[in-house]
Amino acid sequence: MRLINRHPDRSSRLLLVLLPFALLLFAYFVGSAERLAENPNDKLLPGAGQMLEAVKRLAFTADTRTGEYVLWQDSASSLRRLAIGLGISALAGLCLGIAAGTLPLFGAPLSPLLTVLSMVPPLAILPILFIVFGLGELSKVMLIVIGVTPCLARDLEQRAREIPVELLVKAQTLGASTWTLMLRVVLPQLLPRLLISLRLMLGSAWLFLIAAEAIASTDGLGYRIFLVRRYLAMDVILPYVVWITLLAWLMDWGLKALTRRAFPWYEGARA
Amino acid sequence: MSFISVNNVWQRYGDQVVLEGLNLHVAEGEFCTLVGTSGCGKSTFLRLLLGQETASKGEILLDGQPLAAEPDASRGVVFQRYSVFPHLTVLDNVALGLELPHSRLLGRLFGKAKKDAREQASVLLQKVGLGHALDKYPAQLSGGMQQRLAIAQALIMKPRVLLLDEPFGALDPGIRKDMHQLLLALWRETRLTVFMVTHDLSEGFSLGTRLLVFDKVRVDPHAPGAYGARITYDIPLNSERRKAIAAELGATSK
Repeated sequence: MRLINRHPDRSSRLLLVLLPFALLLFAYFVGSAERLAENPNDKLLPGAGQMLEAVKRLAFTADTRTGEYVLWQDSASSLRRLAIGLGISALAGLCLGIAAGTLPLFGAPLSPLLTVLSMVPPLAILPILFIVFGLGELSKVMLIVIGVTPCLARDLEQRAREIPVELLVKAQTLGASTWTLMLRVVLPQLLPRLLISLRLMLGSAWLFLIAAEAIASTDGLGYRIFLVRRYLAMDVILPYVVWITLLAWLMDWGLKALTRRAFPWYEGARA
Repeated sequence: MSFISVNNVWQRYGDQVVLEGLNLHVAEGEFCTLVGTSGCGKSTFLRLLLGQETASKGEILLDGQPLAAEPDASRGVVFQRYSVFPHLTVLDNVALGLELPHSRLLGRLFGKAKKDAREQASVLLQKVGLGHALDKYPAQLSGGMQQRLAIAQALIMKPRVLLLDEPFGALDPGIRKDMHQLLLALWRETRLTVFMVTHDLSEGFSLGTRLLVFDKVRVDPHAPGAYGARITYDIPLNSERRKAIAAELGATSK
């Protein structure tokens, strides 16, 4: 049978899903074990024991100086920044996208502007943000907002334009004004798309967050990684990276589940 | 005076003339079917009636008044596709027409008003045969049921004119027959003035009280866009149906 016609069944699919992860872990721990056998104090590829020790220290032991649990404190700070940043971006992106995609008079000036703004590399203007907004929370949140909003807005503008003109005409024959048309026809059709766009932008949002925390912060997941880098503390960095990945994956999964739950019509309507 | 008067209407896009010198007078309650080859301006004419486009020249009068230049609640419409809102249930698709005009701020009714609107919508949906599918989303309906929904949605506004752009073009023949019966029944009951574009000649003949054929009279082979279409035949049909409607309308106006 040709390869293109062969499909994995349920059990072999699960196996195939787990296989690459298992291989990665296996390769890592083999390498780690080899280096540790040569030098038990090796810091570059810490073994599972060393990492568990670090996690225990950071997540389940109160810091002697501040009395806080470092990992949870870092996670809370980072997630708060991410949530505020993404929340503002979603709201702004939705408003800009709907305005630019539905109203030709707004789209004419907004659309090219958004295109240009989305090309500005956000990290290149990070120094400006620090100068303008100071080194506090605001500049970190603003980096996420500035990095994510134009892309969200452009995507939603495009989706708004894809709404068939027949539907917009129909809504007008049902007595809609411009405002109620946007509120009851365009907005609800774009909300599921907003969640999908957010999922796609999650990676960038984390990137901006960690970059901002690495440069100027006193807590946060990115801050911690870049702090312990000085001591070559791979036993902290690696669990942190895994933790961040897990958080990002959970957010992605949560948004996907929310899309299904909140917009049951969406999957069917695309078919 | 006629209900709808089309006076010397031209429509051109750039160099391309689509309609030229269109003149037409339609009485209230008439069921006009529009036929002709593809690209001869039937749908363009429908869009002009709808207000989705404005004629380059000439005027269209509705009850003696120039037609509003944008779509409004006086003219209902059913397209071949994309006539219903995918994010609303069947019931809400129809109730929307009662909510939008009565709530300028939110486009949404609450409490008793909402219940009344849904009640009214469900009565109409029963009539078009969708009483069993009130809570479904349009994507869960067959093509024929979606068009029933689109018709109900247009009729809830009690428009004076109903515009149909190949509404049954995508349906299979058996379903199409059912839809014809439904449409005729609703037309008799509401005494709407209907304009229906169709590719199906027999549909045009059997449904209408008046058949309008669009065709290009002049063709320049070196400049295909130089001349537009006119109404080349205007055929009265189904005379007993015509008379019945005329009698009824006469009786009510006296």
